Amino acid sequence: MTTNALLPLLIVASSLVTGLIIFMLPERAVFWRTALNLGGAILKIILLVIMMFGVFQGVEYEFRVPLVPGLDFVLYADALALLFVNLSAVLWLVTTIYAIGYLEDSPNRSRFFGYFSLCVTATVGLAMSGNLLTFLVFYEALTLATYPLVVHRGTEIARRAGRVYLAYTLFGGALVLLGTIWLYSLAGTLDFIDGGFVSALEVNTTVLQALFWLLIIGIGVKAAIFPMHVWLPQAMVAPAPVSALLHAVAVVKAGAFGVVRIVYDVFGVEFTDLLGVATPLAILSAFTIIYGSVRALFQDDLKRRLAFSTVSQVSYITLGVAIAGPIATIGGIVHLVHQGFMKITLFFCAGNYAETLGVHKVSELAGAGKRMPWTTAAFTLAAFGMIGVPPTAGFITKWYLGLGGLETGQDWVVLVLAGSSLLNAAYFLPILRTAWFDPPPDKWPHERQFGAKETAWALLLPPLFTGALAVLFGLLASMPGTPLDWVQLIAARKYVS
Amino acid sequence: MLEWLMESPWMVWSIAVPMIGAMAVFLSPRVAGWVGLGFAGLTTLAGLAVVAQVGIDGDQLYTLGGWGAPLGIDLRADGLSALMLGMTAVVGIAVSIYARVYMAADPDKERRFWPLWLFTWAAMNGLYQANDVFNLYVGLELMGLSAVALVALTGTGQALWGAMRYLLVSLLGSLAYLLGVALLYQSFGTLDLHLLGERVEQGWLLAVPLAAMIAGLMLKTGLFPFHIWLPPAHGSARAPVSALLSGLVVKASFYLIMRLWFTFDPAGEGLPLLLGSLGAAAIFWGSFQALRQTRLKLLVAYSTVAQLGYLFLAFPLAGMDPTLAWGGAIYMGVSHALAKGAMFLAAGSIMTQSGHDEISGLDKVVERMPLTLTAFALAGISLAGLPPSGGFIGKWMLLQAATAQDLWFWAFVIISGGLLTATYVFRVLGFAFTESDHKREAHDVPPTMEWTALLLALGAVALGFAAPWLLPLLDGVAP
Repeated sequence: MTTNALLPLLIVASSLVTGLIIFMLPERAVFWRTALNLGGAILKIILLVIMMFGVFQGVEYEFRVPLVPGLDFVLYADALALLFVNLSAVLWLVTTIYAIGYLEDSPNRSRFFGYFSLCVTATVGLAMSGNLLTFLVFYEALTLATYPLVVHRGTEIARRAGRVYLAYTLFGGALVLLGTIWLYSLAGTLDFIDGGFVSALEVNTTVLQALFWLLIIGIGVKAAIFPMHVWLPQAMVAPAPVSALLHAVAVVKAGAFGVVRIVYDVFGVEFTDLLGVATPLAILSAFTIIYGSVRALFQDDLKRRLAFSTVSQVSYITLGVAIAGPIATIGGIVHLVHQGFMKITLFFCAGNYAETLGVHKVSELAGAGKRMPWTTAAFTLAAFGMIGVPPTAGFITKWYLGLGGLETGQDWVVLVLAGSSLLNAAYFLPILRTAWFDPPPDKWPHERQFGAKETAWALLLPPLFTGALAVLFGLLASMPGTPLDWVQLIAARKYVS
Repeated sequence: MLEWLMESPWMVWSIAVPMIGAMAVFLSPRVAGWVGLGFAGLTTLAGLAVVAQVGIDGDQLYTLGGWGAPLGIDLRADGLSALMLGMTAVVGIAVSIYARVYMAADPDKERRFWPLWLFTWAAMNGLYQANDVFNLYVGLELMGLSAVALVALTGTGQALWGAMRYLLVSLLGSLAYLLGVALLYQSFGTLDLHLLGERVEQGWLLAVPLAAMIAGLMLKTGLFPFHIWLPPAHGSARAPVSALLSGLVVKASFYLIMRLWFTFDPAGEGLPLLLGSLGAAAIFWGSFQALRQTRLKLLVAYSTVAQLGYLFLAFPLAGMDPTLAWGGAIYMGVSHALAKGAMFLAAGSIMTQSGHDEISGLDKVVERMPLTLTAFALAGISLAGLPPSGGFIGKWMLLQAATAQDLWFWAFVIISGGLLTATYVFRVLGFAFTESDHKREAHDVPPTMEWTALLLALGAVALGFAAPWLLPLLDGVAP
């Protein structure tokens, strides 16, 4: 078995270097900026493909340098890391195309795309972190890289939203820092390992419980678990591609991914259950699921409704993890990918309505389906996925979560899922009805014409692509190479003991 | 050739070159900027050469004129000295490059800036390599007087007032230190640090002079509650001067405290606890004051008060693993030098461009001066101890020392101090994105000024990855 140290580093660098060069580009260098953006994104995917091949042939990928006394900076690629890196890389490419179309002719694009690349760099680094310290480094870097994107518009509201965003995420980061260092002083190691390393410690249970909550609450801020979700709806002032990326891949997902890492590779899922912290976490997630859905019902602003929907949907992942059974694990982790594709589609579509028609509110969407049938079709697919209508990806998630709940004797999970599906239907179906069946207004608030097309290609193709995949992941779920297939492999490893 | 380079007495050169430079500038007032910068470059090389010597060959000892202690003067450089010399060299050259451009607009001030700055540099380099308590005093006094003159250089009423306060504090501090020196000499009959370290016994004979010396140095370092002189002095000086004072000069007196502490290794738990508590108070007080400021430079100056507090946290944390706690504090000090230097330089560029430094009137400075704002942001990240940065490494080590001994109070102080720092840094960054109707001018800022600040800030970030190479220098420095 050979070890390759260079490739993980290159995968992180492929967006870091492009980002740094883009900062230096003058505003009018549209061609070069576009070329670099797409080139970096495609290069990252190519490198990833090489890495996947390597992993199948048994090559180990690990990059390791010392960072602080006794601890290394580690990038490595296990099955879980690859899942998240793939998700980030694919959605980064799609979002970049979308953003190029979305931000056409708007100011400060070099700054925007520079931070955009840094944001993805941090996400990919976080995905490949081999220990908790490296994770922490990228976790904070992600906070810092997204701040300029949140305040990008430079309005007073944007500044306030940025402040709220930082107040929550930096506070969360401080908790993670404290938990990390505490854990290190107890365990003497921070390396992620299947089955976790905490169970081997001879430490008081209360201390371990405190540690668990410290880390979970710190990371839960990004995963928008109630009551740490407040920043998320406010961060909606950012441009649509940022919201799309924030909700589907970068920040919120990083939080959920962190919860997965903590439970499976630090504490070990069986030990988490043994500690008695899994059930409270499951209840908290379930509450967040219902709470987010209920709040979403009452939002008229489309993006805010989607934001509360994210609060709810991301907690499916935590729920799947906290049920602490192999089948629920599959449901939870696969939702990392499924939610990503569905939610990014919804945000792309919301951005299209805003850019093309000037529509920001649900109540203004009447007749949008006639004016923009393709966008609305993509929106419909993703919304069905969110509700969990078979055979979409969302259905697969809920199926496994429900089965997992029954398997471990936690029947209440099924009720939560059913309730949440009803609520999802209650806030998505009215949008679809208004958009498809209500008569369009005489004049849209702020309409732009794109010839015979309903909107620009760069705005239309990304949601169609992601929307189609969201359905295909469900339709072909049991085929080799789908997220579900991959996640079954991961879950098998997490339950070896 | 290489051998000659390794053998050459760089320790002496690192002190003599800036001295000669100061006089050379004095003699050639018309080309003061370029001559000064040239000598600054040479001083940097000499300083880095000492670092290389220590790094390769270990501790260096040089007896001036062949007379050993106690008769002659010894120069000595261990890992800690080397780190300080390196820090001074890096920040010093960056500020010098910046100052060459910044001061060029005002030839009269330029002529006076360079000799004073080179004298300060010589004094600091001397102080870091002095091996007896009296030469330490000489270095301290020379540094203090030149620094005061540098503040007064601004020439405004406010700066003169600040300089006057600074002068009084500086003299009082040195006097207290000198008193300690005299008492030590009277009791133990030597001034040499190593001999003193061997001869002293714990007790009143040590406690009284040490208390006098540390009190004087606390005053000069600006530790809470003796910080009152610091914000007006650092806030009203010209940008390069502020960068030097906040980044380097206060570190020299802290270095001296550490050196005395390591030499005498005083027993008892009261003093470490007191120093640590004052440090904690400095962190909170300085941060809250920084949050209240409406002017950028004063905010940065109060931030120095807070950040200096971190250095003193090492005293109560050093118990179990001194290398860890002291290593953390020293690493924070070095990172702070680079970050704070960059921050003051960036603030100076913003002030030069807009003609004011009201925080709420930053008015989309992110679009006008992206490089400068990036420098400010990166420096802020290091100050707040957010990864990846040198500040994070230092904070991590201090935290590790605290949690390993279950000293949760100090862990709380370290973490909440970081959050407060982030709060005031991002307050500035937030206003940098928004528009404002505050009246401002629009001067040109030379790219040199923007880039030096940025490179210095990048240095603070790069320190976040350099710990495995720099920390071994400190092995065996702390008792």
